[in-house]
Amino acid sequence: MAITDAVGRLAIDNFAYVGSLARLTFRAAVAVVTGPRQGAGLRYRRALHQAMAVGVEAIPIISLITFFVGVILALQSAHELKRFGAMEFVPNAVALSLTRELGPLMTAIIVIGRSGSAFAAEIGTMKVSEEIDALETMALDPVSFLVAPKLVAMLIMMPCLTMWSDFMGIAGGAVFGILGAGFTITSYFRATLDSLLKEDIITGLIKAFMFGMVITAVGCQEGLMTGLGSEQVGRSTTTAVVKSIFVVILVDLGFTALFYFTSPS
Amino acid sequence: MTPSQEALTQDRGSAISVRDLRVAYGEREILHGISFDVLPGETLVILGGSGSGKSTLLRTMVGLERPTSGEIWLGGKNMATITPKELDDLRKTIGMSFQGSALFGSMTVGENVSLPLKEHSPLDDSTIEIMVRLKLDQVGLAGYENYMPAQLSGGMKKRAAVARAMSMDPQILFFDEPSAGLDPIIAAGIDELILKLKKAFGMTCVVVTHELASAFLIGDRMILLDRGVIVANGTKDEIQVSQQPRVRQFLDRIPEPELKDELSYLQMLIGDDATARK
Repeated sequence: MAITDAVGRLAIDNFAYVGSLARLTFRAAVAVVTGPRQGAGLRYRRALHQAMAVGVEAIPIISLITFFVGVILALQSAHELKRFGAMEFVPNAVALSLTRELGPLMTAIIVIGRSGSAFAAEIGTMKVSEEIDALETMALDPVSFLVAPKLVAMLIMMPCLTMWSDFMGIAGGAVFGILGAGFTITSYFRATLDSLLKEDIITGLIKAFMFGMVITAVGCQEGLMTGLGSEQVGRSTTTAVVKSIFVVILVDLGFTALFYFTSPS
Repeated sequence: MTPSQEALTQDRGSAISVRDLRVAYGEREILHGISFDVLPGETLVILGGSGSGKSTLLRTMVGLERPTSGEIWLGGKNMATITPKELDDLRKTIGMSFQGSALFGSMTVGENVSLPLKEHSPLDDSTIEIMVRLKLDQVGLAGYENYMPAQLSGGMKKRAAVARAMSMDPQILFFDEPSAGLDPIIAAGIDELILKLKKAFGMTCVVVTHELASAFLIGDRMILLDRGVIVANGTKDEIQVSQQPRVRQFLDRIPEPELKDELSYLQMLIGDDATARK
């Protein structure tokens, strides 16, 4: 009975946590849509600032990592395809893997490391230093003031970063394609474009949008749940990263399964 | 409850009325049914040792904690039953200076002070800028608008926090340990600032502190909290001459008595503190 009790309690806790993420996201989304006009300029500026931090400043590291991932994918694909004399399918393998799966996933993992952790640390530090309480005593809703601008920034920047990741990964694959598989620049990119369907890119972008929502919700929720003391900020940050990666993988699984079973072909 | 009943429940003429207030964190009750009034324009000092519940009382008075029972009447509203919208409206009429200043580290001092005005007032940017300069001048920080909080000393941060708390011209100002962690000269400067603000604007102030010198300088009336109950409530002169044992112990800085025997020590260890010290 003890095991079933523990499993039941764990399930309830996890459902409660998912519920808290959904509630936070909903409150932030409502604040974005119906927030007071007073102070809206300030919130737009905060969203823009977040978009710079989440998106623009992440471009160098995302470019580098996804470029190498593209090269790795091309090498791994070529290793198998060569055995069947099908090296001309390297661009297809790279492009499909990146746009449908690895582009959004690698981008999400990098953004979790850079921004999800930063959200938890920022809000956690504000909680510890009574800044969240100060917001409340000034009749400012912390969700509207802190979470909503982050959500807007993340929902806009995650799909943009993912498209950039896809492009950089394909460029990485092209380097191998040209140097090791006998393609020219034109032939490699033409083969890539021929292999890609509109749905491949759209499904990747839908995933990126959902990942952005998850990363913001987990990062901010962990920050808001920070206990007393600076040690707790570190704990919140670590928890935010671990939980974000786990939830992103779960969401990825869910959407991949959904797209597979609803795909017309 | 009708508006006329509400008016009756709050003592006429009081800026704040607290009635049989109880606050608990989970199973642990911190405040055990306390009652007092704060008159308009007076400075009430809430004294008490560490863990006496004075910060919890202050947080409950500004709506950061929910009472388990009892009433807090402020601006004609009972904080225990207030709706979130009413609480927001009420909070625009009060200001709070936190123990650690709680300035937003990512904003300049000027942005910190202007934040409530930008969020809640219809004033244009140039008027807000003038008001920020005015508020900073009132707390002795003229010219510090563009400094980041990290560039300020502890005393300056406290002053900036007071300027932010005053930005909406509140009727009541709450201070949590205003001179904690400051050297005696800077602490005296903060006391002087509170006196100056009270004299200039006639604000009602509620100050939580355990600094006796500061309390007797700025306070009109005092309450002494001990383990969640009020053991003394009176003017500073009444408190000064009180013969109540806990008041004398607090004012004369007498340490807690040693535990008499092993049984008392064990009772203290298992959390039966009240029995142990009998």
